[in-house]
Amino acid sequence: MYDAPNLGAKVDQKAIKISAKNCQVYYGDTHAIKDVDIEIEDKTVTAFIGPSGCGKSTFLRCLNRMNDTIDICRVEGDILLDGEDIYDKKVDPVQLRAKVGMVFQKPNPFPKSIYDNIAYGPRIHGLARNKADLDEIVEKSLRRGAIWDEVKDRLHSPGTGLSGGQQQRLCIARAVATEPEVLLMDEPCSALDPIATAQVEELIDELRTQYSVVIVTHSMQQAARVSQKTAFFHLGNLVEYDDTGTIFTNPRDERTESYITGRIG
Amino acid sequence: MSDATVFPEKKPQGPKGSLLVQDARTKRRNAAESRFKVYGMLAVATGLCFLVMLLWAIISNGTQAFSQTFVTFEVELLESKLDKKGARNIDDIKKVSTFGYTPLIQNSLLKEVEARGIDTPLSKGKDMKAILSASAAAQLRDFVIANPDKIGTTHEFRFLASSRVDGYLKGRVTRDSIARDKNIKAAHLDLVDGLKEAGVLKKTFNWSFVTGSDASDTRPEAAGMGVSMLGSLFMMLVVLGLSLPIGVAASIYLEEFAPQNRWTDLIEVNISNLAAVPSIVFGILGLAVFIQFAHLPQSAPLVGGLVLTLMTLPTIIIATRASLKSVPPSIRDAALGVGASKMQSVFHHVLPLAAPGILTGTIIGLAQALGETAPLLLIGMVGFIASNYPEGVMDGFVAPNSAMPAQIYEWAKRADPAFYERAWGGIIILLVFLITMNIIAILLRRRFERRW
Amino acid sequence: MPVLWIVVLVLALGGAGYVMGRMRAMASAGGDARHLHSLPNYYGMHVFLAATVPSLLLLVIWLLVQPLVINSQIAHHIPSDTVAEGSSLSLVMADVRRVADGLDTAVAAGAMTEQQAGSIRTEFTDIRARLGEVGVALGANVRPEVLKAAQSYRSLNTTYTLFLTIVAVGLSLAGLAYAWLRSHKDFRARNVVESVVKSLLILASTIAVLTTVGIVLSLIFNTVEFFKLYPATSFFFEPTWLPSFGGGIDSDGNPLSKLGILPLLWGTLYISLIALAVAVPIGLFAAIYLSEYAGIHTRSVAKPLIEVLAGIPTIVYGLFALLTVGPLLVDVFGQGGILGVGWMQGGTAVMTAGLVMGIMLIPFVSSLSDDIINAVPQAMRDGSLGLGATKSETIRQVVLPAALPGIVGAILLAASRAIGETMIVVLGAGAAARLSLNPFDAMTTVTAKIVSQLTGDADFASPEALVAFALGMTLFLVTLALNIFALYIVRKYREQYE
Repeated sequence: MYDAPNLGAKVDQKAIKISAKNCQVYYGDTHAIKDVDIEIEDKTVTAFIGPSGCGKSTFLRCLNRMNDTIDICRVEGDILLDGEDIYDKKVDPVQLRAKVGMVFQKPNPFPKSIYDNIAYGPRIHGLARNKADLDEIVEKSLRRGAIWDEVKDRLHSPGTGLSGGQQQRLCIARAVATEPEVLLMDEPCSALDPIATAQVEELIDELRTQYSVVIVTHSMQQAARVSQKTAFFHLGNLVEYDDTGTIFTNPRDERTESYITGRIG
Repeated sequence: MSDATVFPEKKPQGPKGSLLVQDARTKRRNAAESRFKVYGMLAVATGLCFLVMLLWAIISNGTQAFSQTFVTFEVELLESKLDKKGARNIDDIKKVSTFGYTPLIQNSLLKEVEARGIDTPLSKGKDMKAILSASAAAQLRDFVIANPDKIGTTHEFRFLASSRVDGYLKGRVTRDSIARDKNIKAAHLDLVDGLKEAGVLKKTFNWSFVTGSDASDTRPEAAGMGVSMLGSLFMMLVVLGLSLPIGVAASIYLEEFAPQNRWTDLIEVNISNLAAVPSIVFGILGLAVFIQFAHLPQSAPLVGGLVLTLMTLPTIIIATRASLKSVPPSIRDAALGVGASKMQSVFHHVLPLAAPGILTGTIIGLAQALGETAPLLLIGMVGFIASNYPEGVMDGFVAPNSAMPAQIYEWAKRADPAFYERAWGGIIILLVFLITMNIIAILLRRRFERRW
Repeated sequence: MPVLWIVVLVLALGGAGYVMGRMRAMASAGGDARHLHSLPNYYGMHVFLAATVPSLLLLVIWLLVQPLVINSQIAHHIPSDTVAEGSSLSLVMADVRRVADGLDTAVAAGAMTEQQAGSIRTEFTDIRARLGEVGVALGANVRPEVLKAAQSYRSLNTTYTLFLTIVAVGLSLAGLAYAWLRSHKDFRARNVVESVVKSLLILASTIAVLTTVGIVLSLIFNTVEFFKLYPATSFFFEPTWLPSFGGGIDSDGNPLSKLGILPLLWGTLYISLIALAVAVPIGLFAAIYLSEYAGIHTRSVAKPLIEVLAGIPTIVYGLFALLTVGPLLVDVFGQGGILGVGWMQGGTAVMTAGLVMGIMLIPFVSSLSDDIINAVPQAMRDGSLGLGATKSETIRQVVLPAALPGIVGAILLAASRAIGETMIVVLGAGAAARLSLNPFDAMTTVTAKIVSQLTGDADFASPEALVAFALGMTLFLVTLALNIFALYIVRKYREQYE
């Protein structure tokens, strides 16, 4: 366990969106996440970094209960979203996921048209009263996904026909369309080339104004570029969590220092 | 981002309401979710339910075929009727047809009835006809011809009861159902009750159903599966003997040696299409090629085997290729690396490793062929033909015979409902074979399954 | 069975050759196998193959050609006036063969000597009665020309078989000698053996093509024969199926039988539609439940159990339709049934066959759909669930649309199975060919009529029997088209996610 930084001082700047206390995750007999305590702020980009298999993706998937789809996965401890326990029996994961959207490592557009890809979420959640409403949501989301100009003339061609970077921005636009409060991104750029990566990173920075964004990344440069807060995971433990600048310039834990200087990883 | 500014920015909606309270829409969606799940469960349940119904129909109708009613009593082999000259000359004895034996049996049964003191209005020997199977006379005649020295003595025999009597004991024939039946009267049923009480008439396990031959329309009680089982056996020998080597050879070529060209493509497309050609078309092929053109004997298991071989080949080829494919290339490379030829690497290393998979595929293909009926109908393996045991191995291949499924079909088509019971019983025997073969295949797969 | 003896003899020669070849090669190397080019077994194998393969190939070809040659030779012996009005040469030839077979049987049974069989004359002997004694039943009295032809058929057969024996054994010996002489330590036996084995492998792989060619040729020849006797337009467009018993033609020379395929196609289509209406929803939902919802234990029990349905032979389903489902449906929909509607006259009906065929197809649809649903990448499901969709929304709106081409392919394959299915309709659908909309009427199908037209006593050359080949051709083409299309769709679908 790391020594919790004095978060009290920062609470007045940004509200706490998600807080985890004593969170444990088990895959069958494997203890994948050990005793994680973290408070994720609203309107902030928080990066999870760490070597492969350190549990950062697992923890991310706990935040919107995507781990529910894996039979052998078990979560203990509390994870609170706006003070409400998301693992409470009364909570419907469907409602939760509408609030906590997710973007995956590999772009995964549905085999539908670009329009239908975006409209999918609003339709299932009933966010549009009529066709005009829906058109508006689609356009707004595509604009927020910074892809509107590229696709506005072919909204009804299949989403799978776009390039990788476009597909990923489409997926981000799709996640945004359901009006989430938190966006989880699981290595969103790992399958993209540097130019597409730059576009997505720029987009993430824009999204910060409205959402709490949590991003898992392998690339420390990326974490440094896009995030304000960074959490370093190692072997299932949250080793250090602080302002990004602090983590990269003045890490307190030896392991964090080894990782960012490239000695472990 | 310039795009975002076009729309007047809505206030972020903030917390959308508590997670702990389900809104109306979520409730509706969850209801739809559970409904959908229930549909799925219903579908699975319906499928399983059909399976249970099918098995129940087979077992409840078929098990009765394995028991049969027999009448046991003593028959006096009167010399005056069977060997008038008294010389025990076998040719003279053979001249007495079954018509000569019938009254002998009927009178003996009547005597038995009288001796047991069973009260019945039936007083003539001929009245006993309805109780006994028509095969009784033949059974007695065969006995006498085999043992001419027994003429003049009294012997105890166990005769098949007629199918009506058998049906009465099994509940298939009732007093209501025989109202218009000219073969049997209510008085006979009373007599049957009496005989049953006296222990003359008994229902016992029926081996002859498993081992016997088919019987003509009027003697359902004597019909058995034995001969058609042999027919199936000989067919399967042909199928195994041809389809395994040909199938394996074809697969080896296609998987290991074939270059990628039009010809191989043609073969591949051909095989996958042949696997889906209706079986009846293979019957037409067999009829036209093997019987019309090549003049092979009709109704012969050899021809049936050839047709089923062509039908099974695609199955075996597909299975064999799959198991050849699952042998990792590193094994081939290793063999080639120590200087083996391509052929040696295949026959010494790849084939033995793929053998369990090939065997499993072959057994499954054989099981499929064993249950196939339609093509056999076209090459004449149906009708009252499974009536004699083949006289030898050669004869087994070429003499007219039926096969298990064709025999079942034949029984299902006959008018007397007593044959239906035989048909269900035949299905039980057929399924026992199929289940055994499949279990062997599963065990083989379990035993030798390899993860690379 | 002289052919069997030839085979045995040739194989025995091959076996001897194996030993001889091996020994000679070893001797040439001075008994030290290291001096040989190939392993000693290859030298043996080389001689074995040389002794058996050409000889056995010749045997097969000879056996295929011999009947043709004999037929054409005998045909010269039959004066053209012997071929009666309304008959054909092939019918007379069938008679000739039957008499010849009868004579064979008589000789084998000892009722005639070989000499008698070759010399008897119809003028002096009642052939029909003599053959009847040994259990050979002939339809009519034997005409002298036919008997003569039969006798020369027999003698030709004997001569050719003798020839065959000499040639086959001679070829075997020649092969053996040639290969044996070549067995020397420097001879590349392995390469030769391997190339021969490879050719054998190629030969085996062409059997599949030969089968298709055989199917197509036998269908085409007989169909053409049929259309010579019966107009194709009537076959395809006449709405009645009414074969007259025993055939015959009316005063205008038209066949009395009405052999229109339309009622049969309608019956086939109707039954298949009902079968698919049962199998597709049940199979598809079962596949969805088992692949998306069911726990590992339910799946491991329920999936194989449902697949048991696919392993049950169709004759069992036929009996189930005839004896269980049919009566059950009559109890419900028949006269005096539970519903009191009286729609159903007898147990055999379109509904009976369709329902049972549907049951048979459930595992077919479910296991194919299962494969296809599993091929949809998990990322697709995650994407949808991550947006807050429920499982069923994910399945209906993402998984199924993605899997749709594959599922359509599976359904087409199932349809082709339904159209080609025989035993269930033979036993469960009835024999009456009619164009009706009532699913509780008895109707019949293409496959059922193929069986009934070819299993009766109808003369092989009559339109009533030949029509079966035209029906078979139609069936073959329809199922082939469906299969090719379906396999194409499924393959395209698989490639999409690979």
